[in-house]
Amino acid sequence: MTPSKLAFALLCLGSGWFPIRAQESPRVIPITAKRFEYRPNEVHLKKGQPVTLVLKSEDVTHGLLCRALKLDTDIPPGQETQVTVTPGQAGTFTAICNHFCGSGHGNMKLKFIVE
Amino acid sequence: MYSSLKAITEEVGMEKPLDRRSFLKITGTTLGAGALYQVGAAVGLDPQGLALVDRLGRQNGERVTPFSFVQLSDTHVGFEGPPNPLGTKAFEQAVAAVNALPIQPDLILVTGDLTHDSEKEGESLTRMRRFQEIAGRLRVKNVKVVPGEHDAGLDGGQLYRTVFGPSHYAFDHRGVHFVALDNVSQGKPVVGPEQIDWLRKDLARFGDNTPIVVFTHRPLFDLKPEWEWYTGDGDEVMNILAPYRNVTVLYGHIHRSHEFQNGHARHLAARSLIFAFPDPALTEDKKPLPFVPSAPFQNLGIRRLDLSIQGTRPILGVSEVELSSGEFAGTVGIQQILKGDESL
Repeated sequence: MTPSKLAFALLCLGSGWFPIRAQESPRVIPITAKRFEYRPNEVHLKKGQPVTLVLKSEDVTHGLLCRALKLDTDIPPGQETQVTVTPGQAGTFTAICNHFCGSGHGNMKLKFIVE
Repeated sequence: MYSSLKAITEEVGMEKPLDRRSFLKITGTTLGAGALYQVGAAVGLDPQGLALVDRLGRQNGERVTPFSFVQLSDTHVGFEGPPNPLGTKAFEQAVAAVNALPIQPDLILVTGDLTHDSEKEGESLTRMRRFQEIAGRLRVKNVKVVPGEHDAGLDGGQLYRTVFGPSHYAFDHRGVHFVALDNVSQGKPVVGPEQIDWLRKDLARFGDNTPIVVFTHRPLFDLKPEWEWYTGDGDEVMNILAPYRNVTVLYGHIHRSHEFQNGHARHLAARSLIFAFPDPALTEDKKPLPFVPSAPFQNLGIRRLDLSIQGTRPILGVSEVELSSGEFAGTVGIQQILKGDESL
């Protein structure tokens, strides 16, 4: 490191200012699953910005699958399931319940709108 | 064998793969309930074919000899709803169609969703018994089944196994190795590590040109994950099958006919016996196709598979068998069906 770069680094340390922005905590989005719906059933995200989905089931084990968001998790009842995703592309993506939960299972969907 | 014509032709030293269509011929057969149309392979053995049969027999422990079998799928016994107000009638018609085949198949494979799920106490068992009662009318008694998620997805397959036995197993028939895989009873679309390990061990004794037929409920590849038409660890299963040059995977679940070739494996989906789903290439909306009173069994049907040895090539001919309601079509016909007209 050159003397000038070293001096700049020490100045930054002393002033508490860093050229690299501190990592922001992901936004938290609670989602509840119950037969045969998610609440909310539409979630808006920003491309490149991580979010943490906090998933709960009110009845049986559900799933949440969305290949576009690299999301594939079970949602067992009686506990919180947290998943952090960072959308890599804009668009509208449908997530489905991929843990069979009864006759309305095929219609259990959640729409992610990434802007 | 039949799954990969390229593999077959490589084996016999031909430069170009043989066009499967060149083996197919159209035939028509009339059944009591109406016309049955099928596309089937000619069956025959010549000296070259016999030599191949002998070679496969030495490797497999059993001679490969011509036979036919039938695939039924997604009977959904107990389903009630607008997409099909006729309940089990298509299933019953399918049984009649199989019984009327001039040459009876050696076995029947049923690729899942034998019943529609119910949470009413005792109802699932009633529906499974009803399935057995209707399937019991088949002249062929060698009926092999696998579960669908509607049979086994809610209780981990416990009741299914009590009624039907193991949900995965294997057997040999006339030189062909059949493998039943369960990709539903864990709730999610997976086969699971235990079953994959079992499959690896099960296949270890076979040579790479052993004809293998896998039958399961969900597709073992990503057909349409957004519609849950996939198996999460399907790639692992297919990797185990990859060294084998003659693999056919029969499945249901998607309620429509579909064919997909990947490497040496040919994947074939059967139509259901309850209602059809649309083509996912044409719509994002996974809604059953509407019931058409003038053609109550439209888009439903069964599949017949004929194993033959033609020349030096074992071939699996695929026949899509239509269920025609004949004179029972139309409003009057439906009323007769709903009344349980036994003349069908």
